[in-house]
Amino acid sequence: MRKRNLSALILGATLASSGYAATEIQWWHAMGGALGEKLNSIVADYNASQDLYEVKASYKGNYTETMTAAIAAFRAKQQPHLVQVFEVGTASMMSAKGAIYPVHKLMKESGQSFNGDAFLSAVTGYYTDGDGNMLSMPFNSSTPVLYFNKELMAKAGVQAPTTWNEMDMVGKKLQDAGINCGFTTAWQSWVHLENLSARHNAPFATKANGFGGFDTELVFNGPLQVAHVNKMGEWQKNGIFSYSGRTNDGAAKFYSGECAMYTESSAGYSGIKRNAPFEFGVAQLPYWKDQVTEPSNTIIGGASLWALQGKPADDYKGVASFLSYLSRADVQADWHQFSGYLPITKAAFDLTKGQGFYEKNVGTEVAVNQMLTGTPTENTKGLRLGNFVQIRGVIDEALESVWNGDADAQAALDNAVKRGNVLLRKFEKAN
Amino acid sequence: MIENRPWLTVLSHIILLLGVCAVALPIWIALVASTHTPEAFVQGVIPLWFGDHGAETWGKVLFSAAGNGVDVPVWFMMMNSLIMALAIAFGKIAISIISAYAIVFFRFPMRSLCFWIIFMTLMLPVEVRIMPTYQVISDLSLLNSYTGLALPLIASATATFLFRQSFLTIPGELVEAARIDGAGPWRFFFDILLPMSRTNIAALFVILFIYGWNQYLWPLLITTDDAYFTLVMSIKRMVSVADGAIEWNSVMATTMLAMLPPVIVVVGMQKLFVKGLVDSEK
Amino acid sequence: MNVTFPHRALPWLLLLPQLAVTAIFFLWPAEKAVEQAFYQEDAFGLSREFVGLENFIDLLTDPYYYESIVVTLIFSFSVAFLGIAVALALAIMANRVIKAQLFYQTLLIWPYAVAPALAGVIWWIMFDPSIGPVAQWLKFWGIQWNHYLNSTDAMILVVIAATWKQISYNFLFFLAGLQAVPKSLIEAAAIDGASPIKRFWTIVFPLLSPTTFFLLVVNLVYAFFDTFGIIDATTGGGPGQSTKIMVYKVFDDGFIGLDLGSSAAQSVILMGIVGIMTVIQFRFIERKVQY
Repeated sequence: MRKRNLSALILGATLASSGYAATEIQWWHAMGGALGEKLNSIVADYNASQDLYEVKASYKGNYTETMTAAIAAFRAKQQPHLVQVFEVGTASMMSAKGAIYPVHKLMKESGQSFNGDAFLSAVTGYYTDGDGNMLSMPFNSSTPVLYFNKELMAKAGVQAPTTWNEMDMVGKKLQDAGINCGFTTAWQSWVHLENLSARHNAPFATKANGFGGFDTELVFNGPLQVAHVNKMGEWQKNGIFSYSGRTNDGAAKFYSGECAMYTESSAGYSGIKRNAPFEFGVAQLPYWKDQVTEPSNTIIGGASLWALQGKPADDYKGVASFLSYLSRADVQADWHQFSGYLPITKAAFDLTKGQGFYEKNVGTEVAVNQMLTGTPTENTKGLRLGNFVQIRGVIDEALESVWNGDADAQAALDNAVKRGNVLLRKFEKAN
Repeated sequence: MIENRPWLTVLSHIILLLGVCAVALPIWIALVASTHTPEAFVQGVIPLWFGDHGAETWGKVLFSAAGNGVDVPVWFMMMNSLIMALAIAFGKIAISIISAYAIVFFRFPMRSLCFWIIFMTLMLPVEVRIMPTYQVISDLSLLNSYTGLALPLIASATATFLFRQSFLTIPGELVEAARIDGAGPWRFFFDILLPMSRTNIAALFVILFIYGWNQYLWPLLITTDDAYFTLVMSIKRMVSVADGAIEWNSVMATTMLAMLPPVIVVVGMQKLFVKGLVDSEK
Repeated sequence: MNVTFPHRALPWLLLLPQLAVTAIFFLWPAEKAVEQAFYQEDAFGLSREFVGLENFIDLLTDPYYYESIVVTLIFSFSVAFLGIAVALALAIMANRVIKAQLFYQTLLIWPYAVAPALAGVIWWIMFDPSIGPVAQWLKFWGIQWNHYLNSTDAMILVVIAATWKQISYNFLFFLAGLQAVPKSLIEAAAIDGASPIKRFWTIVFPLLSPTTFFLLVVNLVYAFFDTFGIIDATTGGGPGQSTKIMVYKVFDDGFIGLDLGSSAAQSVILMGIVGIMTVIQFRFIERKVQY
């Protein structure tokens, strides 16, 4: 205790008025950098708004590290009340029935008014159970869009493509204009397989993408995905596409003007706005027009907040109160506008619209509109796969082997499906 | 050397200078990089000459937050690293010297068994037993504590060996004489062995300090509270940001600061360092 | 050593701290790892099932595990050979320039003090295909460098970063070894008219062979276990599995993938390998041990 106080003193803790009577609610999150600072200010506002609870937010590294830390802490009985888990970890959290406290239940038992219908189903669908009950509270959700360098596109005399079919032409024109790289991407598995499938209303896995049970099997080696990955491999060879790593390292290629376009999360907006020394535009994620006439909505990425069990019952009242605060329209709208993450309630969306934010910041509404395209089907609701972190790794490896010409698309995806299914069976068995 | 061939000497200097440059190049880049803005980084190639944001970045990194979600300043993590490194270095030396003393100067049942048990620790680097060691530490409630940071790394077969080797060279007559003078085991230890081992201890200290300071995986796993973050592990936190840009200038400044103390120790105590390295191997 | 003190309890007291730490932090976890290797468990530790040897069988029938072994071997031997060759060349040169020796030594030894993770981060940045200066130079010479995509590039990068750190260590040992070569032998050969190069290969190098062999083992052990930080801070094992060394795989499967059983089984296999390596070290180099 002494050490904590000492360090708090040394650090000149921002919360000078840490009320001693307030119940502490621990929240572990994965938001570094500017997003982390914003998150801290939200927490500070909440703490200032009432004096029964004090939320203490701690940054635990990236998504994987945060989830692992929380799981390890749970095993050591030192878990936080709330933990931010990325969408990929959803199945793992869901299946840990003895460890999690479903949000809908928590809200009801804590007497907080809670209306599931107030949320945007395209966002919350990813985190609901079979009966439509919310298991976790979406916090930061994003969806992939296409960013483009307006200056370079103008130089080549092209528009941002709305379909992948145009990419050949756009890429060639760019190359003719001296821009060697057409586009690069972040999060390849998420953008070019998971969302590709959703956008074309094609299954990624059986059993409604895993929503129907743990006995799901991967099917992302269908003709659509193979054709797309095959084409990407071709583009990698002729330079229209340039691979730049599994995460969002590709941003550098976009900022430096090496690549004219960049498929990345809508949450990358603020970073791009800060770092791109040129005017940029945002377009919806392209689709193959020979595969569908109307593209479907894309699925989300990002993370949601899970409550963990094993804390005193009274603490959960605080958790519920904090979650309610987070879903308030003004808080949501503020977070949405600052970060580029999607609003999770209709009210927050309407509020942002009413404030004229989308007119002032052209491109920010693209992701929202893309999410709200049509009614979500079982192929576009989300993915619920166990061991998904590892499966993503397997997919990354498969895609990389196509990009560098070691394997053809069909063989690589077949192999990834096979390996991924082994991981799914392992998960099924362990849970 | 044998014959005087000036061109050979010149060649030697050239090769050595090339070697020195190759070795120093990364540090040069890191240093230069820390003086530019993060935007300069992501918009083009890292420049090769200093920018004008050095003082700003270094000041920010050292005294306010290190950046990218590490909410504690570098000097604070430096203190943690120092505490950990010193605890490991002194802890290892202390428990090794007394166990070597016991093994060399006493006869007792299962002496060689003990020796082998200590020897076995060599076979289990922390990296291969991460999960279970983590669980042991959490069972003992040592997560996020200085004890948890240092204690598991304190057992050392190598230091024990080094002391054992040097003790074995002590002539039996010396021990005999001490006993005739009425010196008990404690007096012998403090009056004779400890002074004799001074250089060994100092040399080992240099090596072990570096070992402790540079620990990466272990602090990364067992600290989730930034009050216990060490400097080297914080780099990992700084380069893994979700949906945000990495502030490479801060990362580079922090990297430079993280390598500074052990480099100073090595260069400043070069003689002891060389002795420590070479002796502990022979 | 025949002369000893006659106490019975005291030696135990002296050994107690070391033995206690060893038992609690080495033997107990090792035992836990062995036990865990026979179970499959969910991440939260809510359910656990005894599966016998299944974790081991899965591993030994998994081609990716063998790939990881191959990667480890390529990586370790590359680091060892490159590190030894460069350090030997530098040591020979430094041994020639007696007056400036300390100067060069000072400028060459400090990377030893740099943490592997930090070395990794810096080299990573230098070679970054978009912003790294080295990658740009390579591009200028017509070499397309991309360690995100090209397995060979990624491997070269981690090998360079790992070797860079180890050169100082090898250098010091070679320098000490060279200084121990009797001058009279070299003089005799010089009088016989042997050129410096011939003298090196026929006299000096054979005399250095124990040092070289010792360094080979130490470097291999270093590459096996101490390079975790380099991999973790740079490639994270990719692209594909191309830099996923065995130690990294234990961590990746256990801590990131949360597959505790497989991770524990890999730990057990690694313990076996370390055991064998330690015995080799012990038998061939006698009392030489390393950190």
